[in-house]
This record gives sequence, C-alpha cells and structure tokens, in this order.
Amino acid sequence: MSTATTISVPAACWACSAALTQSALLCPNCSKVQPASTADYFQVFGLPRSLNIETASLEREFHRLSRRLHPDRFARATPEEQQWSLANTALLNDAYRTLRDPIQRTEYLLRLEGLKIGEEHAGKGKSADRQPPADLLEEVFELNMQLEEMRMNQKMGERDPALQADLTAARARFEGLLAAVDGDLSSKGAEWDAGDSAIRDQAAKAMATLLDRRRYLRNLVRDVNEVLTTAAA
Amino acid sequence: MPEERIVGIDLGTTNSLVAYMEGSQPVVIPGVDGSNLVPSIVALDIVDPNAESSARPTVTVGNSARRALIENPERAVYSVKRLMGRGLEDIQDELKLFPFQLADDIQPGEVLRIRLGDKHFTPSEISAYILRQLKRNAERYFGAPVTKAVITVPAYFNDAQRQATRDAGRMAGLDVLRLVNEPTAAALAYGLDRAKEGIIAVYDLGGGTFDISILKLNDGIFEVIATNGDTHLGGDDIDNLLLAVALDEIRNEHNVDLRQQPDAIQALRKAVIEAKIRLSTEPVAKLDIELPSNGGPDGDRYQREIPREVYEQLIQPVLARTAGPCRQAMADAGITPDQIEELVLVGGSTRIPAVRTLVDEIFQLSVRGKKPHTELNPDEVVALGAAVQASILAGSSTTTDELLLLDVTPLSLGIEALGGVVARIIQRNSTIPASATEHFTTGVDGQTNVAIHVLQGERELASDCRSLARFDLKGIPPMTAGLPRIEVKFLIDANGILQVTAREQRSGLEAQIEVKPTYGLTDEQVETMILDSFDHAETDFEARQLIEARLDADTILAAVEKAPASPAWKLLGEDEKANIEAVRLQLTAIKTSDNLQAIRAATTDLDHATRNFAEKMMEAAVSGAMRGKTMQTASDDLGEAVNAPHPFAPAEFK
Repeated sequence: MSTATTISVPAACWACSAALTQSALLCPNCSKVQPASTADYFQVFGLPRSLNIETASLEREFHRLSRRLHPDRFARATPEEQQWSLANTALLNDAYRTLRDPIQRTEYLLRLEGLKIGEEHAGKGKSADRQPPADLLEEVFELNMQLEEMRMNQKMGERDPALQADLTAARARFEGLLAAVDGDLSSKGAEWDAGDSAIRDQAAKAMATLLDRRRYLRNLVRDVNEVLTTAAA
Repeated sequence: MPEERIVGIDLGTTNSLVAYMEGSQPVVIPGVDGSNLVPSIVALDIVDPNAESSARPTVTVGNSARRALIENPERAVYSVKRLMGRGLEDIQDELKLFPFQLADDIQPGEVLRIRLGDKHFTPSEISAYILRQLKRNAERYFGAPVTKAVITVPAYFNDAQRQATRDAGRMAGLDVLRLVNEPTAAALAYGLDRAKEGIIAVYDLGGGTFDISILKLNDGIFEVIATNGDTHLGGDDIDNLLLAVALDEIRNEHNVDLRQQPDAIQALRKAVIEAKIRLSTEPVAKLDIELPSNGGPDGDRYQREIPREVYEQLIQPVLARTAGPCRQAMADAGITPDQIEELVLVGGSTRIPAVRTLVDEIFQLSVRGKKPHTELNPDEVVALGAAVQASILAGSSTTTDELLLLDVTPLSLGIEALGGVVARIIQRNSTIPASATEHFTTGVDGQTNVAIHVLQGERELASDCRSLARFDLKGIPPMTAGLPRIEVKFLIDANGILQVTAREQRSGLEAQIEVKPTYGLTDEQVETMILDSFDHAETDFEARQLIEARLDADTILAAVEKAPASPAWKLLGEDEKANIEAVRLQLTAIKTSDNLQAIRAATTDLDHATRNFAEKMMEAAVSGAMRGKTMQTASDDLGEAVNAPHPFAPAEFK
C-alpha cells in the first residue's frame, strides 16, 4: 500500500525547491507563482491577525503583489501557472477588499476566531440584526410607526411637515448612535489587539454584538433615508 | 520566426478597428480602402443562382456593405452589438427602434438568430464576420497570420454579453487573450505617454453604449475604483429620435408614411445622421429629401432646417440619461467631482457640444479651470488602448512593462435564495479576478442534485436581475437531508466572466456541474459556427492570402462590370470611363496570376478609379430609395413583401 500521498511534506517551491510557508502565493526566492493558496486574508499580506491596519501600506503591498501575481503577467505561461495566478490574484483581491474596510475587517477576523456574524447564511431571513436592540425597543417601535404613517401619506399624496421634521430629527439621532457604535467597535478592537486570550474573548463577543447593532441601525437609517428622499422628490 | 503579434480590437456598435503596438506607440491598422474605421455592417452577398451551391454563404463587411444596407436592407444588418448575449424578452425596445429581422421561431431563453436573406445567424456569428475582416486587414498589413487578440467590451457588459463577444472571437479564428473594458482601454491609451498620478474619469458615449469609469492612477497601476453605465444608450438613440421626428413630420405634412419602407427609412437615417454630425460644428443643419411620388404630388420634398438649439432641446432627455450613472459611479467610488483631476472623453458621440456642456456640469470642469481630454481621436482611442493591453500581455515592450490594469466587475453577482430574493455574493465594483465561496446542502433525504440559479444585477428580487446561468450540482452521494456540504466556488476571471467549481466536502467528491448559460452558446454550438476551418491552418497562409485577394478582385470586378447599366455611369466623363476600363482590364489580366502583391495593387487601383462613381451610385441609391423604386424592385426579386412591422417608435416630445 502506498503511503506517499499521505505523507505531509514541508512546502517547497515547485520550481526552485526553496522552502516556503504553506500559504505562499509566490516563491520569495524565484518569484514563481505557487499553486492555489489556502492562506487567510491576513497571511496573504504577511500580517498578524489585528484590527489596526494602516491602509496606505496595505495598498502599497496590494499593488506590489498585484504586479507579480496578476493574470496579465502570465499570458504566456503554462495553463497550470495561469490557473494558479488567477486563483491567487482572486484571493489577493478578496483579501484587500476585506481588510481595507474596518467593518469588513472586523467581521472577517471574528469569523476566523470562530464567531457567527450576522447573516451567516444568505437568504435565511430574520437573523440577529433584524431584532431591535433591547435598549432601543421603544424608540424603534415609535420610529416604525412614523415611517408607516409617512409612507401612507406619500401614497395619498399628502404632506405632513411636522412628521417630516420628526423623522429628520430621528435620522440625526440614529446616525449619532451609529457613530457611537463605530467608536465602541474601534476601542474594543484596540482591546482585542492588545489583550491576552481572556480579554480577546470578551472583546470579540462585545464586537459581535456591536456589529449586529450596527447592521440594525444602518438598515433603519437607510429606511428613513428612503422615505425622506421620496418626500423631497 | 519572430513572436506573433497580438492585436487590439475595438468591436464597436457603429465602427470597429484593429490596432497594434508599433515600437512604443499604438497605431491603427487601415483596411484595403485606406480607412481606419470598418463600419460594423454585415451584408449577405447575393448569390448567382446559376453558380454552384457553396457550403457557406459569403458576406461583405464594412464600407462595401453600406450600399446593401440601402439597396437590400433585408440582407444587411448593423448595430448587432445591441443584440450580443441577449434574449428575445431583453430586446423588445430595440426591435421597435432598429430594423433587426429575427427568425420567427425563437423561443424565450434561446440565443437570438438574425435573418439575412434566407439565412439565419446568431449575433456572435455576425460579429465574427466583422472580426474576421479586421483579422484579415491586420494579416494583410503584417503579411503574417494573426491569431491572438485583445477585444474591448463596454464596461457595463454583463457575463452573457462578454461570453458572446469571446465566442465571436473564437468563430473568427482568434484566440481572445483578454476582454478589456472600453473606458479602461481608453485610459491606458491616454496614460501611456505620461506618468500620471491621481483620480481620472472616463466618459464613453459611443454608438450604442454608455460607460463611465473612475480610475486611480499610481505608478503605472491603473486601478478602476468604480464603473457604471447603460448598455443601451448612445448615438443610435439620437439618430432614432431625429428619425422618428422626421417620419412624423413627413406623415403629418406630406401625408406619406415611410414607416413600412425599410429602404426609405435607411436613406432617411443616413440623412439625419449627416445632419447630426453637421450640428456638432454648424449652428444649423438642413434636411432636403425627395419623397416617394405615391400618395402625394410628384417631386414633393421634405425640407427642414434644424437649428442647434432645437436639436439640443430634443436630445436633452437622451443625454440626461448619462448623468445618473456618473453620479452613482462617483458615490460608489466615495469621491466628489472636485477630486477628479482629469476627465477623458471617448466615443464619437462626445463630439456633440451639448454632451461636453453636460460633462462639464457633472464634473465641474471649467469652474475648476479644467478641460476634458480629447487629444486622441475619440473613435480610435479604445482600439489604441486595446493595443497597449495586447502589448502588456505579450510582455514584449519596455513601454508597457510597468503598466498594470486592475479592473472591476460592473454588476453584483448573486444567487437566488428562498422566496426569490437575491443573496449577493460578489459586490459590484470588486476588483477582478474576484471570488466567493458558498455552501449548499440538500432538502430531501437521498437527494443527489441541487439546482443553483446565478444572477447579475443590483435589484433585490431574482426576477428583476439578469439571469446568468442555472447550475445543476450532480452526483451528490445520497445522504440524509441537510448532511451533504457542497462547497461552490464562484470566480470572476480577469475578463469579467464567471467560472464555477464545486466539491462535496463530506465525501470529498468533485461535484459535476452542468452550466446552462441563459443566453449563451454551448462549446459545441460555437464549434459548428467557426467561420473557416482553414483559418486555423497557419501553414497555408500564403495560399489563403492569394484566395482572398482573388475574391476581393472578383467582388470589385463584378461591381464594375455592372457599372455601365447604372444611371450614375452617365454622369462620368469619357476620360474617367476610359481610365476605369483600363484599370479593369489590368486587374482582369493579373488576377489569375500567383502574384499576390500585384493583384492587391491592381484591386486598390480599381477601387480608387471607381471611387467617384461609387459615390454617385450611392446618391442615386438614396434618392431611388426615397422614390420607392428600389424597394419595389427588391420585393419583386424576393417574391415577398419585406417585413418590418414596427420599425420605429413614435417620437416622444415633452
């Protein structure tokens, strides 16, 4: 019985046999593209898991890697290398898109850490972010009533300046809450980056809750905006 | 043997071009008639009924097909790009506005077939004829085979439209190394000679499509940050508007309804297009057209002055449709107009002064002391950019060594979830290649198939998005419902085309995927539509060149032999007639020889000698069409009425 296929060998470049990390996109020695990588987004950029990332240097690294990995550079390479370049560039692009945005970065990191975030499964309908946060129950209930009334008015072609003013004020209030969530997320993120595993656990759970709250608030602000834009038109 | 050249092709709605990188500069390759633009018109040749029946019908492409458009509109087609990758239900608006003649038996969900004479062609086949002409022009120019190309597409083209374009390339015997977005190509052409930094926008209003792209330039990297557009908006729409107005006025004032006469409509279209072009430089344009004598007094004329203000008012609603996509693109890019440092104008329709005024407003150019870039010919700049991209892929030029294009997908990709809603898996404006992984399972015990519906678009409901493909994951090992875990990887490649792979994770089995593109051709279908099998054989390139040169010679000789019968012949001077006869004899004599260069030279000579005559004949054809004579002759020949039930929509005035 052959065991050769099950032996795990240390990763090596297929072209020059230089030792590689398992997840390398390119060989640092001979620059050849490597088979489709299974690196996570932080590994793609050679970064530790962290929520504080400097976007300017991330962009520089993205451009540097793009120049070497992009399928345009492999138009005359073997079909195998073309396929690897395609897969690894897609990974690089996905990684850059996720990490450059602080919210997506946080969601991604928390998922890597094993937390369930938001709409894990597409189309499953109501998830945590569809439930109003407990402390806002009453306010949200009131706002939804006003939104409904405003929509009815719009259907009937009626105008209610007082209601419109209320909604505009509500929008400002919820936008303020949204900004507060972003502030909290960023300080919890700093705690996570600096903390030991116990602190990280707590910060991660707090951030997951904050993300749900954020998604809920964002949808709410979007709904109010829709109604107010229709009113202005 | 030197490395084969890769050409860049702009396959346009109105005109198509081929270009390549000559040293450090991209240049357009002219056709035999010396023109850089090949009009995207394809006409099925009239076959001599006495000739031996040949397997494949022959066609005429470009300027020489123009005449057929007026004389035999039922055998010619233009603006076919509007039909690429589309289904019957997508194009109801186009059918009202364009004289496309479709096969009668097309089912919903089927690839369209266009009727030319008694033959049917898919839009990809028609485009393949145009591409083959460009390929031949390039081969003639290089004296060597050309089999590799970069082809441009509107940035806002969806997956099916891109696939149809790639299929057309394959049918024409071209290996399409990359599809490049037109505005991005234009940016490449402009960015070549300047080491630019900062944010630029490309506003591309062509014959049939509108694109806006916003790019960030940084040390040779052209990174698209947002793109938007409308694949059914362009100069054609302005033509249709002017045409509809003219048709209404002719009906109301002269009591003549030309709507049922395709040839008269083509002639009128030609006249309004000329008026449109004049109005870009003149304050007023005149239409003066002789009307058919039937129904009205003889020699009745439609005479109309169009002042530019009236024209601009008329086309304002068309132009205004470009503003929304521009604002959306800026919003998606997270920028305001004042952050745009340079603006590039692309496409023939950007010559219209009202377009420039609108662009100036949207991007606040003149208030910031800026002017749009128009240095490169707006008809050629896309092809030039395609040539630059070709050079990047070839890796053969130091000029393009440091350049890299990072483009985006214009439309979000989603899958249909429960309740018919779309779950987005790749957002629009994501840099491509881009990928997303989704997991699926079964709902019934022992289920071995899972159907997946992939869509493209920004709407919430699947029924409002563009159906891209339906996949069947097959060969799932029978298990309890919900137990299989099928990982499906969606990958949009650098051409903006979707690839899908799937794996059942519990068994480790690669699931089979059967991709049924919603409006696409299967590989097998494409194989059967490849235009010339000998296009692949590079060995008999010389022989093919000779055959083609003789065919070109025959075409022009046949036309010239019929010349004395034309009324236009009488308008020529004796010297001119004698000269044509001398050149004709020269070509007849040389055509059977094996001297390729001599045959070509003699063909070009005859083309030049008869140019004045050809123009006179065109004029005659136009006025003939207006009098309804050619029309009658054409129907007699066909033995059936030419069928164009609703060629044009009524004009809408607000």
